[in-house]
Amino acid sequence: MSLLFTDIALTSDALFALLGALLVAMSLVSVFTARHLIRRLLAVNILSSAVFLLLVLTARTADGIDPIPHALVLTGIVVSVSTTAVVLALYLRRYRREPPC
Amino acid sequence: MLVVDLLLALAALATAGQCLLLPGLFRAIANLMAFGLVMALIWVRLDAPDVALAEAAIGAGITGALLLTVAGQLPASQHSLQSIGSGLSRRTLAISVLVLFITGLLWIAVVSLPKPGLVNEVTAVLADSGAEHAVTAILLNLRGMDTLLEVAVMLCAVAAIWSLQKAIPPPPLNNHYPGLPTLARWLHPLFLLTFSYFLWQGAHAPGGAFPAGAVLGAGGVLLLLTGSIAWMHQHAYNLLLRWLLAAGLLFFLATALSGFLITGTLYGLPPRFASYFIIAIEVATALSIALMLMTFYLFGRPGTRQ
Repeated sequence: MSLLFTDIALTSDALFALLGALLVAMSLVSVFTARHLIRRLLAVNILSSAVFLLLVLTARTADGIDPIPHALVLTGIVVSVSTTAVVLALYLRRYRREPPC
Repeated sequence: MLVVDLLLALAALATAGQCLLLPGLFRAIANLMAFGLVMALIWVRLDAPDVALAEAAIGAGITGALLLTVAGQLPASQHSLQSIGSGLSRRTLAISVLVLFITGLLWIAVVSLPKPGLVNEVTAVLADSGAEHAVTAILLNLRGMDTLLEVAVMLCAVAAIWSLQKAIPPPPLNNHYPGLPTLARWLHPLFLLTFSYFLWQGAHAPGGAFPAGAVLGAGGVLLLLTGSIAWMHQHAYNLLLRWLLAAGLLFFLATALSGFLITGTLYGLPPRFASYFIIAIEVATALSIALMLMTFYLFGRPGTRQ
């Protein structure tokens, strides 16, 4: 076990990796245990942010900043707001009295 | 700087934890918005300014506006978000162990991950891509197919939302908040200025289509909130709105096909004209992202006959 941790120095990268891992774990548990659908949606949003954080951490290579994960995360942010909007519209559909068009 | 990072990580953890664990719908949404802002600062610390700009405008701004609008439309019975611990106190120990297990596993996996990267490969083709800034070059030229499909995903989301219900009419705010429409109109030139600056800057520095579109979309949401964009709700303009929404994707497809006709590969932009192509795609993508973010906010199909 001590061999495993020898290469983990306390750097900013390791700290943010720990934050990302903790956020993934918290939001995963919350996705499966929350009763209210909005809370599940919030958990999915935090989960996606945590995954983006882990993805951006892989961009910090020895050669410099790799721009490809940054581009992927930019695309991912826009896709996650689209998902949120569709889920919210579905959720709202249940509580509005207006007839569907 | 480790202290700053530690504070940022603690702030992110605190806002995410309050968002996920404490009761109250409004508090959870407000904490998610705060979490988005903290994440934007973390992106800056991780040398990802493009992501920081997009996260601040979309993650903190537009997602929060969408969630708050839905919270306002829901009946009062749905407002009481239960504390997550209420039914789970017996299982607290099991859940804590599970969280720590996933965290430890993922942390060790991420820290020991090999990071090959494509820095040298991207730098080698950057001169032919038509943009000096690597992220813009990847988004709009080298991996243009990803961005094309992402605009298609957004258009599919708009179509899905439109098929569900009629649009939410703009709330009658003017009697309660007489200053708000004026403030929105005064702020809008600032949004337009920021939008143009990000677009112009995108070719050689952090910025570009995504942050620009997000900022203009956020300004548009503010105008929609104050009822200043009446044409979007009118039946006569519905066809125009549909064409405008599809314009970004159609233009992108036309560029990909013209690249196919000129160079023989789909989306192969000729290096001589690549910078013009990139500016054109950048403007079209940013405008259509802004318009689609605004139509998300309507939560339904505008312009149906009464």
